[in-house]
Amino acid sequence: MFQVLKNFYHKLGSYPWFYKISGKVIPFVGVLSISLIVISSIWGLFFSPTDAVQGDVYRIIYFHVPAVSVSQVIYYSMSVAAAVFLIWRMKMAGVYIKSLAPIGAAFTFIGLLSGAIWGQPTWGTWWVWDARLTSTLVLFLFYLAIIGMQSTFASRKSADTAVSIITLVGVVNLPIVKKSVDWWNTLHQPASITISGESSISNEMLIPLLLSILGVYLFVFFTGLLSMRAEISTREQNKEWFKKLSSNN
Amino acid sequence: MKQHRLRRLYGVLFVVFCSALAFALVYFAIKDNVNLFYSPSDLFENPPQGKNAIRAGGLVEIGSLKRAVNSLEVEFIITDLKKSISVYYTGILPDLFKENAGVVATGYFDKNKMSLDAYQILAKHDENYVPKEVKKALEK
Repeated sequence: MFQVLKNFYHKLGSYPWFYKISGKVIPFVGVLSISLIVISSIWGLFFSPTDAVQGDVYRIIYFHVPAVSVSQVIYYSMSVAAAVFLIWRMKMAGVYIKSLAPIGAAFTFIGLLSGAIWGQPTWGTWWVWDARLTSTLVLFLFYLAIIGMQSTFASRKSADTAVSIITLVGVVNLPIVKKSVDWWNTLHQPASITISGESSISNEMLIPLLLSILGVYLFVFFTGLLSMRAEISTREQNKEWFKKLSSNN
Repeated sequence: MKQHRLRRLYGVLFVVFCSALAFALVYFAIKDNVNLFYSPSDLFENPPQGKNAIRAGGLVEIGSLKRAVNSLEVEFIITDLKKSISVYYTGILPDLFKENAGVVATGYFDKNKMSLDAYQILAKHDENYVPKEVKKALEK
């Protein structure tokens, strides 16, 4: 078992292998994720029941929750990649961070924007400096810092090293985002979906929400693969394997 | 693990540890200000000094909301089920403002009357989502 994992890990570091496999996976993940997003959006917007307290405005949950949730998961995965890059010097980890950071930033932005649009009619304000909102803004700024740092170094290796360190510095912010609603008084309410224990959202509303979360996760997998392939083809354009591949097509 | 990789692993852990320490110190230094609002109990224990605006939050006490007949003036009581303070406000209340629901009021605190002269009212909603029909059926 361990040997299988080790082999997979070594293969993951190989650009040609990744390029070949990702090309096969992309169409399936793309179709699946986009259809899930379409289905869950229609379900959430038209068929799930109206909320007793908030009315129909709560339906923005089907965009807000998947976006903020995936933005945190992307950052966690990027910090694992950062540790892998720093310890094993795996170049693919650098590719991963560079390719996923803009996607994570985009979803954090969608989360902040949909939250503001939701906050205006329910709370009565677009924005408030409470711990949840502010720490999510900090997450967004870390993403921007990671994107910005990519182009400030002459060599690819020093850029990847510096970016990995800043990624690790920012990972500490994530538990704060998660626990902020429990540790402090905030305007934002605590979590509705919990892994342990019962969710405080009724099942008819929860099922399309879980579908939309799955759809967005798969969509990030899809766009992440596309983005990594683009990055690999930039880095490897003068390499023998890549030239051979392009001349074959 | 090979020696040089182990050394780099310690480096990674050191970076995360330092960052965690930095975040922890910042949050420790500003710990009282991270809270968005004071509860009525906080205000009784430690009435805020000075003339700055503060935020008070809690539940709107049942039966406490009074509206003026020919203006937008309202008066209600915020409670945390231990202590309570009165709030005065002129303006339109948010849609989700309801008795026995969460609210955060920003304004100037009067220590003598234990009341808040608010210029902004925000509604706080909870994490429960229930279909309208289900709730109606439960209330019957």
